[in-house]
Amino acid sequence: MVAVLLRLKLTLLRNSLRRSPWQLVGLIIGGLYGLAVLAVAIAGLLALSGAEVELAKTVIVLAGSAVILGWLVIPVLASGVDMTLDPARFTTFAVPMKQLLAGLALSGFLGIPGAITLLASLGTVGTWWRHPLAMLAAAVCAVLAVLTCIVASRAITSASTNLSSSRRFKDVSGVLLFLPLILLAPIISGLSRGGENSADVLPGIAQTLSWTPLGAVWSVPADLAAGAPGQAALKFLIALASLAVLAWLWKISLAKALVTPVHTAGVRRTGGKLGAFNLFPGTEVGAVAARATIYWFRDPRYTVSLITAAVIPLVFTVPALQSGSLGILNFAGAIAVFLLVWSISADISYDNTAFTLHVASGVRGRADRAGRALACGVLAVPLGIIYNLVGAAVNSAWVYLPALLGLTFGLALSGLGLSSVVSAWFTYNAPAPGDSPFKSRPGNNFAVLGAQLGGYVGLGVLVLPEIILTAVAFGTGRPVFGWICLAVGLVLGTVLLAAGIVLGGRLYDRRAPELLAALVKAR
Amino acid sequence: MSRGNGGTASVAGMTDVPYSSSPSGVPGAARPADSGAAESSPAAPGGAENLSAAPGAAADNRPALVLRGLTKGFNGKVAVNSIDLDVPSGSFYGLVGPNGAGKTTSLSMATGLLRPDAGSVWVHGINVWEHQLQAKRLMGILPDGVRLFDRLSGEQLVTYAGLLRGMDRETVKERVRDLLAALDLVKDAGTLVVDYSAGMTKKIALASALIHAPRVLVLDEPFESVDPVSAANIRDILQSYVSSGGTVIVSSHVMDLVQRMCDHVAVIAGGNVLAAGTVDEVRSGASLEDRFVQLVGGRHETEGLAWLRSS
Repeated sequence: MVAVLLRLKLTLLRNSLRRSPWQLVGLIIGGLYGLAVLAVAIAGLLALSGAEVELAKTVIVLAGSAVILGWLVIPVLASGVDMTLDPARFTTFAVPMKQLLAGLALSGFLGIPGAITLLASLGTVGTWWRHPLAMLAAAVCAVLAVLTCIVASRAITSASTNLSSSRRFKDVSGVLLFLPLILLAPIISGLSRGGENSADVLPGIAQTLSWTPLGAVWSVPADLAAGAPGQAALKFLIALASLAVLAWLWKISLAKALVTPVHTAGVRRTGGKLGAFNLFPGTEVGAVAARATIYWFRDPRYTVSLITAAVIPLVFTVPALQSGSLGILNFAGAIAVFLLVWSISADISYDNTAFTLHVASGVRGRADRAGRALACGVLAVPLGIIYNLVGAAVNSAWVYLPALLGLTFGLALSGLGLSSVVSAWFTYNAPAPGDSPFKSRPGNNFAVLGAQLGGYVGLGVLVLPEIILTAVAFGTGRPVFGWICLAVGLVLGTVLLAAGIVLGGRLYDRRAPELLAALVKAR
Repeated sequence: MSRGNGGTASVAGMTDVPYSSSPSGVPGAARPADSGAAESSPAAPGGAENLSAAPGAAADNRPALVLRGLTKGFNGKVAVNSIDLDVPSGSFYGLVGPNGAGKTTSLSMATGLLRPDAGSVWVHGINVWEHQLQAKRLMGILPDGVRLFDRLSGEQLVTYAGLLRGMDRETVKERVRDLLAALDLVKDAGTLVVDYSAGMTKKIALASALIHAPRVLVLDEPFESVDPVSAANIRDILQSYVSSGGTVIVSSHVMDLVQRMCDHVAVIAGGNVLAAGTVDEVRSGASLEDRFVQLVGGRHETEGLAWLRSS
């Protein structure tokens, strides 16, 4: 049975490769990336063999803990990182639990992440080659550690299968777990700069971690090498116990997942709340805008874009705080607005086949384009204004406010115009509704990459006047250029937005069935 | 490839028939004049030819839907092979065929969702691919196997469908209320469609297709996973719609249902129409199911799976 499960995994992998050559490209790129990471890791681990035991221990425990943590967190973040052997699919087969567990665990090694983790962990054997006993322990512990990784991620996956039959949990967890991720960069940079004496702090952290399930297994060989067999034995027990507890958790949640149907009914609600449909006029444009607005707040794929746009300026701000200049905050509004308006260039792709409703009802292209742009603009423009005001207040740079507002408005309006054309032209393989916002789907090829790049360049050209005027305003410090920039941003932006909607509308009218066909094909 | 931009000028006479469920919404006499005026539209006379071939070219006897030489291939494989079909106005038309017969592809092409490789479609005399907007006004479509905007509540979704059709808010509100009541969805009106069961999803999609009171309803597998009570309610709605002059085209796997419900039927297999006409003509004495199997083939005469018998 275990062999059957392993073969199933391989067959699924092979068939997915056969389906699209881009899958193969993805696998090769992933494999090369993995090999590069592996090479660096092993080289580093071998180099550590020459270092002091204390240093080697600190590095290995910290890195190892991060690896286990990664295996725990990533499956939740990208629901369905590897759901090829989704436990829910075994519901109807009476596979004995023990064999199912063993098969699923071993199948975790078949895949780039599993294989790389195993090989890199075995690299620790090389670190301890000067200490024969530690070397032996390292081999055992490496396997133990990788098993822990796989069992931990499986336990989390099947536990979340239980939870995620509730859609609301899935939506919320996807968005919430995403926040720390984008804040990771400033946190790390804050930590690393905050403590110049981090070299003193890290061994302490590693020491603490080495007594937890995350670090214990990595610290056993080091303790042996350092001549503390008692500690080593204790930590080995911690590691074994962790694995046992995780396996037990996995077993009970898997047992539950196997008898819980995937669908559970939510709370029934009677009607009467039309939400955003009451805020916009009852026209075609208004309807499209209302629908899009609801999606910005209710669909995790949009919500994540919205949060990113709102938070990214802060991400830039934290490092700036340490360098003492908050000049970057001046441009926070422009950056946030750019991210938001460009994200609707994939709007129709995000609709997926629900776009059928638009094609079937014969909504005019101009109305479709205008409605989507309106919803995005209603969110983007106030956000941009707020950030500009904050930036000006923090830097007391009120002199530059008109210029920056001009740049922001120019970006918003021109960007919406450009997005309106692009989304009527291209469809991407965007995450499907209900999927994790981070799930990348196969088939995103270089043409799409080119379109994105072309979009950036195109937008840069469209707002070039505002960019130049802003630069001049900052360079000369004369307010008049700022006011000119504001006027140009508003006027030129409005013209470009109108042009984008008309042009995009025409494209849409001509190509709506083709867009739908592309969406159906990519489904 | 760039045709069918909804040409507004040539059939301006058609634009004032938006949401009338009455079949007399388009005066029959006006149409030939219109197609005469559409000087730059080469297919319109062809349409007239096909239409006048129908017995009694009076307005209400014009077929609701005419397919001529409709063809579509995917990756070199022919999915629909030059189909001709006439759906009389006021008929309850069933489209039956095995899986992969080309039913959905044909209906998608007939409703302006999928551009045909060749061939033409007319809805009440309007060429679907040359005057998309006018043609789509006349049609209500329930596609199969596509997503809905499922982060909207049921009520919001149907409202959205109405507003997209350019209807005014008051009418939409009224009709949404009526539709939700008729389809037993009042208690779930505020629930997000993503949390609906398969049957409820089907019903809310049907409501979205009905909101603008189309003259022709095209329903792809409308009864799939719908419970028997709701199915009976839906059948009643459709029957009364047909008796008031509307036209319904349904595709289905369930022969029994089609035989009971429809007055016309077409059997499609392998991208071809094998038989078409009134239900009695097509089944010619046998039950529709037997006739279907006879036409399509594929039944096994062997004993099969001897080990599966429990005795």
